Amino acid sequence: MFRAALVGNPNAGKSALFNKLTGARQKIANYPGVTVERKAGRMTLPNGEPVELIDLPGAYSFDAASPDEEVTRAVVHGEFAGEATPDVIILVLDAANLEQHLTFAQEVIALGRPTVVALNMIDLAARDGLTLDPDALSEALGVPVVPTVAVRSRGLDELGEAVTAVRSGRAPEEGRTTPHLFHLSLPERRLAAKHMARGAILSRSKRAVVESSLDKVLLNPWAGPIILFAFLFIVFQAVFAWATPFADALEAGVGAVSAAVTGNVPEGFFRDFLTEGLFAGVGAVVVFLPQIVILFAFILAMEMSGYMARAAFIMDRMMASVGLSGRSFIPLLSSFACAIPGIMATRSIADTKDRLTTILIAPLMTCSARLPVYAVVIAAVIPNTTVGGGVGLQGLVLFALYIAGILGAMAAALVLRRTVTKGAASGFIMEMPRYQMPLLKDMAIGLWQRAWVFLRRAGTIIFAATIALWLLLTFPKADPGESQVDASIAGQIGNGMAVLVEPIGFNRDIALSLIPAMAAREVAVSSLGTIYAVEAEDEDVVADAVTDRIAATWTLPTALAFLAWFVFAPQCLSTIAVAKRETNGWKWPVFMLVYLFGAAYVFAGLTYWLAVWLGL
Amino acid sequence: MDDRPTLDRLAPHRAARIAHVAWDDIPSDDAKRLRALGIDEGAEVAVVHRGMFGGRDPLAVRLGRMTIALRRSHAAAIAIAEFEAESAAS
Repeated sequence: MFRAALVGNPNAGKSALFNKLTGARQKIANYPGVTVERKAGRMTLPNGEPVELIDLPGAYSFDAASPDEEVTRAVVHGEFAGEATPDVIILVLDAANLEQHLTFAQEVIALGRPTVVALNMIDLAARDGLTLDPDALSEALGVPVVPTVAVRSRGLDELGEAVTAVRSGRAPEEGRTTPHLFHLSLPERRLAAKHMARGAILSRSKRAVVESSLDKVLLNPWAGPIILFAFLFIVFQAVFAWATPFADALEAGVGAVSAAVTGNVPEGFFRDFLTEGLFAGVGAVVVFLPQIVILFAFILAMEMSGYMARAAFIMDRMMASVGLSGRSFIPLLSSFACAIPGIMATRSIADTKDRLTTILIAPLMTCSARLPVYAVVIAAVIPNTTVGGGVGLQGLVLFALYIAGILGAMAAALVLRRTVTKGAASGFIMEMPRYQMPLLKDMAIGLWQRAWVFLRRAGTIIFAATIALWLLLTFPKADPGESQVDASIAGQIGNGMAVLVEPIGFNRDIALSLIPAMAAREVAVSSLGTIYAVEAEDEDVVADAVTDRIAATWTLPTALAFLAWFVFAPQCLSTIAVAKRETNGWKWPVFMLVYLFGAAYVFAGLTYWLAVWLGL
Repeated sequence: MDDRPTLDRLAPHRAARIAHVAWDDIPSDDAKRLRALGIDEGAEVAVVHRGMFGGRDPLAVRLGRMTIALRRSHAAAIAIAEFEAESAAS
């Protein structure tokens, strides 16, 4: 099987083309050593031959300015260790933006590899009043040019045939190399691009560009920020309101399966393992899948529509006040879903100090893994009342936790930029892509990939941590009259830990849940579920839901301190691992752990003692 | 500082040509990126949007069929020659 690579400027429609060419048969992984996403899939040529297709990160030039551009440069030059040089390059150009895209195109073609040009988004060019001549462009570039509309699956077969042709050397252009493209300087390339673009444009009408009117509203100095914040508010409302029925259904499903197991599996070790360990633990986390999917749906829609870049534009001034740029807004917003894709998204930040700061504060954004923790504790201790105007108190507390995370991140950035990541003020340079309607199928593929990552985590890390805790809680067996939790190994560890966390108002159960929660924050909930399930067993009562147990046994100051702890605590092995890979060493992840745990301890303590002092 | 007009002081929707870029005033990575995007001597630009607070930063600059966001501090290094009475459309 030979290999083809998609190469092109950012916003050339590469990803849409990749999705169409490979369908859902994609493998997403990271390039070794860097956290640049490697997207590979299998496409089938019209003659039935399979091809491994990789989607390389968008680049403006081979003179790499950011880590993802460097990956593209290295792969097409065959200098990327562990990645074979692509046999065919599919160069994706935005038909409506030829003059710009042809500059990089010349660099790619000058490599002298078998290359096919996909003249993409030809329909948008037509909408802008451009009529193009692919043959003239092919003549000028010396490689086959195929007009495509990725989102409508137009031109894909022709593209496949052209790939077959250049691969087998049967291309009409074969042998007619393009020496005139070699050894040009950037201004010369730009001039050549201008001429080629002019030569390829048969006619252009004087129609006003549609999106400038959209930008007039969305980038308006006054309306823009209001619209952005209103939109973000709706997003977070939707995450809770829309997800509830699905989450309830999932919860009921987990409960039903658990009950069925209790009824049909003989009593004993294995049944306890299933009900106390698996269902009480992992089940408590899986029910948050709907919220995660909804949040990612909004983020994907923002990215695909082109609005994300506008949001970055609007946020730039605000980010600048803490020493960052609008570019950091995108990773930080993604971090509301999960810090891992958030930290990975920092790769598009060219400035290293900026990037490092963004990585260090990304875990402060309230990720979806905190939702289970917040939701359970809030439901347990905050009364379900309204504070007037139909605003629920529980929702308000949750909102306050999000704000606390954001303020914490801003404060941290401000301090970090003046101390450990001190450096010259960074710039903000970003292309604003054209607006596009997000495609349902591309959204579905993206969502499925995210959901799968979450479920895999639930099935591996969370599962393993929960089971380990359950085993430690189950052995050694308690003597009659003794509490099982107290007698267990875990209980003894918890009692030891409790000394450390008692000053900030935590009880033994919390101390215990924090250890396995190092693996992932939501494990705190599954751990509490397991702890209370084990406890309930020897009390010979039906296991209450975690929420009821917390309501019964935690004081309000303790619960609030616990919430404050999780605003800061960096309890997520995957985040730490990604930060290590991303910063090439242990120095920064260790720094991150220390500063965030320090902040968590101090703020949990402050919250506890303030609440006690207020007599809550 | 001379009084040559720079991009940061260009009135909105007025077309201009980049006369000179003081690349030394821009950090090299940012300069690289600007050049890759086509911000260079001879390019025709227009400021189409500006941010809100403090100094109306950043700027959205129209270049051909692209819109590029950049900060005032970078735009101040880009000297321009304004076109006379050219329409802002296109």
